[in-house]
Amino acid sequence: MSVLAFTENWDGKFKKISFELVSYAHQLAAQMNTNAVVVSIGNVPEEELKKLGHYGASKIVRVEDNRISGLINKAFTAIIAQVAEKEGADVVVFSHNFTGKALAPRVAVRLRAGMASGVNALPDSLDPFVVKKGVFTGKAIGHITIKSAKKVLTLFPNSVEAIEADENAVIETFTPQLSDAHFATKVLEVKKVTDKVLLTDAEVVVSGGRGMKGADKWAPLEELAGLLGAAIACTRPVSDEGWRPHGEHVGQTGKIVAPNVYLAFGISGAIQHLGGISASKHIIAVNTDKDAPIFEAAEYGIVGDVQQVLPKLIEAVREAKKQ
Amino acid sequence: MKILICLSNVPDTTTKIKFTGDNTQFDAAGVQWIINPWDELALTRALEIKETSGTTIEKVTVLTVGKADTEPTLRKALAIGADDAVRIDAEPKDAYQVAAQITGFVKEQPYDIILCGIESSDYNGSTVGGMLAEFLDSPSVSSVSGLFLENGQIRLNREIDGGQEVLETMIPFVAIVQKGIAKEPRIPSMRGIMMARSKPLTVKPAVAADELTGFTAFELPPPHAKCKMIDAENVGELVKVFRNELKII
Amino acid sequence: MDFNLTEEQLMIRQAAKDYAERELIKDVLERDAKGEFPWQHAKNLAELGFFGMMIDPKYGGGGMDTLSYILAIEEFSKIDAAMAVVISVHNSLVSYGVEKYGTEEQKEKYLPVLASGSRIGAFLLSEPEAGSDASYQKTTAEDKGDHYLLNGTKNWISNAGSGSVYIVMAHTHPELGHKGINAFIVEKEWAGISLAPHEDKMGLRSSDTHSVMFTDVKVPRENRIGADGFGFKYAMKMLEGGRMGIAAQATGIAAGAFERSLQYAQERKAFGKPIIEHQAIAFKLADMAVKLEAARNFVYKAAWLKDTGQPYGQASSMAKLYCADAAMEITTEAVQIHGGYGYVKEYHVERLMREAKVTQIYEGTSEIQRIVIARGLVR
Repeated sequence: MSVLAFTENWDGKFKKISFELVSYAHQLAAQMNTNAVVVSIGNVPEEELKKLGHYGASKIVRVEDNRISGLINKAFTAIIAQVAEKEGADVVVFSHNFTGKALAPRVAVRLRAGMASGVNALPDSLDPFVVKKGVFTGKAIGHITIKSAKKVLTLFPNSVEAIEADENAVIETFTPQLSDAHFATKVLEVKKVTDKVLLTDAEVVVSGGRGMKGADKWAPLEELAGLLGAAIACTRPVSDEGWRPHGEHVGQTGKIVAPNVYLAFGISGAIQHLGGISASKHIIAVNTDKDAPIFEAAEYGIVGDVQQVLPKLIEAVREAKKQ
Repeated sequence: MKILICLSNVPDTTTKIKFTGDNTQFDAAGVQWIINPWDELALTRALEIKETSGTTIEKVTVLTVGKADTEPTLRKALAIGADDAVRIDAEPKDAYQVAAQITGFVKEQPYDIILCGIESSDYNGSTVGGMLAEFLDSPSVSSVSGLFLENGQIRLNREIDGGQEVLETMIPFVAIVQKGIAKEPRIPSMRGIMMARSKPLTVKPAVAADELTGFTAFELPPPHAKCKMIDAENVGELVKVFRNELKII
Repeated sequence: MDFNLTEEQLMIRQAAKDYAERELIKDVLERDAKGEFPWQHAKNLAELGFFGMMIDPKYGGGGMDTLSYILAIEEFSKIDAAMAVVISVHNSLVSYGVEKYGTEEQKEKYLPVLASGSRIGAFLLSEPEAGSDASYQKTTAEDKGDHYLLNGTKNWISNAGSGSVYIVMAHTHPELGHKGINAFIVEKEWAGISLAPHEDKMGLRSSDTHSVMFTDVKVPRENRIGADGFGFKYAMKMLEGGRMGIAAQATGIAAGAFERSLQYAQERKAFGKPIIEHQAIAFKLADMAVKLEAARNFVYKAAWLKDTGQPYGQASSMAKLYCADAAMEITTEAVQIHGGYGYVKEYHVERLMREAKVTQIYEGTSEIQRIVIARGLVR
């Protein structure tokens, strides 16, 4: 019996999302009175692997195969399923990111396991096994019961905290059974994206209004957008004044956006602007006027001058990203 | 080559979400149903490939697992340009069961390229495509934002964190597609709507398949609260919100 | 009575709505300001088949029913009534007439190009001195044996510049009164046809409206529609259908203004609450909703009568009269609800109010509709 977590690595390094997952596996294993095992595929230095132990992994199964470069779903699936079998895993957990979404369903079929994707908490109960996840794209929460003996979960990023738990992780190497048929796809090229994020596609939009006070004062906003991987937007007066290009104008007559998070700096919230952003999931506003209509639409607000708030915010975000 | 697109029938994305039966069931009363947006983009791309690759693509089939009330969605796909449609007559309850139903059909009638949307906008599973690939023992490429057929060779672009990969794959394969695969869904033409009347829509009986999961209860998130004010001297609070609640860093 | 739309009708309505919300909205304000014809949209909508939607598939059309067409016109008009009138004139005043009363040769020659939208149709009845009194035609078509010689001026002609298949009404036998009028299919490229500059209108500014002058234009005999002297009856028949299109356009304009007002009233706050929670505004919206619903029922019923092969002239006039008045009232209230915002162009409702006005004027003024309806009662 065990809980198995698959941790992805980025050029031999783990990220916060990996530690969250291991911590989740550890807490789930504790709930089930068993241990958390981690499987890691590809070249990761031992020192980096050991970090997983700090979040509760009692064993780390390292798999290296020189045919592996990039994510090959069939091969990765076979490896994880073989490790799951060897470790007698009852539950296999993945991150709910591109890689996890690719592998978890395949592994679930391999193990004949019911799957719950994008879960955001530990199970409500173990018998029956009930766990929570977002449904209808964030408009509701569903409690899903997994009836099969084995289970596969994908964990929504940032939904649990990575809690340190000093386990002394054993590292062992596993050689999987793989044939050429597992390598039917081949990664030809990897392109790192450096382009700016498109406004209408963006998950996060950083937007400025007249409160930015001039065409030459946008550097901090651009910097914040860069840090958050956000697109830049503006209000109509701003583009009419020529401070920013018209393509960035959001509102009734500009673009209609529906990002996950919309950050409004120095925007009073004229109704024509609100019309263009009302589909945003979360609106955060910074404005000098505490009675500005933007605060009616916002979930979080700061009353203050953007010229002073922005540099502090950039600094704090930069600090947070280092962790 | 033949292309199969697996379609989900989902509530229009502007639907107000409500539940019935003591919060155990989605309230479908008055709901307008649409083709799951990602699946519709997959269909759009399949048609683009068919139109630009001469006679290479023999047909584009759309398939859904559902009862008779899902047929308007299939007919819309036919009006947009799919050549034929298949409905597997089973109530979709669980990704494993749905994937098993599709597998039953594909084993009987093989396809070279199978496209699934990366998720459905109702239960946000991101599961069926991958499960189908494993049931079929096919290669799969997920989070695909570009699909190209050049001289009989398949090339795909896959989104990864902070970039993109270019891949090639053998046929048959399953591609799980996301935004970017096609620019925007097509509007059906009058001719398309007219022709949809005479295109085949085949109903297949369900095969035996296990349901391994089920939703037992739902709840709505708490209502939009008043704007929470954070002190301008304490922007760290906001960064905590970014991290813990909004999950953008 | 079945008030449910068919699956196909729903699909067509959605297609029109998607196009309007995705594409027409993008440049509607700019086109309104500049008075530019929507060439690219016309091309796109022709490709989607909206220009030939009711024409028999054997001539390249979509073979859709009248209600489908009405639903499409309504959806386009919610956002862009100018685009809607281009399609309405083309479909119900030109294509429908050629299909219903044309010879097989005329149908084979003109329906395919009308259905594909490669040629746009225009309907030339009004004259400087013959608006409501359509029988008072000054344009003449002299019978020259194998051809007619056309002379005169037509006024306020929608699609006159963009269109090239004209249906022209002219007197051949002035002594016979309206029974001496003929209808002809005329191609704009023929010698002797000239256009006055584009009219600078209050609304529908991106639909092109011109006066058209005919000087010794030779029209082949085979381009006459129907028997000698059929023209006036033909024009009246066409207007019966045309009025339904205008009723749908008016309904769409009203619906567009209503939907915008309903949303605005929920978002805009005054005295600490959304303005929809103030009874003065809530009651306005309730009245607008009632009128809109009645307008829809009027025009859908007229379409249903036509689709089921029943007389529809009376219903069509009633629909046009009611829907046009409803559009004027609803758009005026929409501007009022929007307050200062309603008076500026960005909010669309002032434009919708300007567009609404013409629906009380063209294809038979509201006064003419009352005459037609009253006559129908006595009959």
